Amino acid sequence: MENSKEDQLSVAIISGDMDKIMAVMIISLAAAAMDTKVKLFFSFWAIGALRDPKKKAKGKNFISKMFGMMLPKGRNKLKLSKFNMMGMGPAMMKGLMKQQGVMSLDEMFKQAGELGVEITVCEMTMNLMGFKKEEIIDYPHLRYAGAGTFVADAGESSMQWMV
Amino acid sequence: MTTEELKKITVSKSVDARGTACPGPLLEAKKAIGTIESGDVMEILSADEGTKSDIPKWCGKQGHEYLGALEENGYFKVYMKKK
Repeated sequence: MENSKEDQLSVAIISGDMDKIMAVMIISLAAAAMDTKVKLFFSFWAIGALRDPKKKAKGKNFISKMFGMMLPKGRNKLKLSKFNMMGMGPAMMKGLMKQQGVMSLDEMFKQAGELGVEITVCEMTMNLMGFKKEEIIDYPHLRYAGAGTFVADAGESSMQWMV
Repeated sequence: MTTEELKKITVSKSVDARGTACPGPLLEAKKAIGTIESGDVMEILSADEGTKSDIPKWCGKQGHEYLGALEENGYFKVYMKKK
């Protein structure tokens, strides 16, 4: 039976590295610029990129507090997958980006929101790491769901990736 | 289009994306295309090499006509016609 796919990109992101998150956002923006619908599913370490450093979450148990302290507090605190050099790597990368006119992650997320890129947070891994909804960034139509939602959406997409 | 024809073309909209790197120029082009009429020519100025292949691909996907590119000093100009 002919199964025609939607002009849609689905990406499941488990990596929380700065370079990986940047790559996903840039490609998502390019896709959105070409009117391709983009649906991102943030899971595991990627959820760190969705933490809002200005927000606090209460009522965490000891393990959750540990996770909260050990994992990056948001997209501007992510490490590089290579040459992290104890944090010097990301600082240098951000400097280069500014110099060469590459948008910051803040700007990428803002544009993504404006262009209708959908972000779904994996509820299960979020709970595993003890993150609470109150500490997640504000993003248009942000939703929480399970793997089944990603698989169902991805099944309709012409492009399905995992990072 | 030939270089001579491109140099003489009437441009309805000029998008200067020289300050931004990928995906900036493509995003600027997308924003600008909504402001011009069907049949209008848009010019995109960019210093980012990727733009030279991005715009023709975007045109191919969206049905616009890719007209060509001109090399300038340190940047280039890409021309397209809105479908």
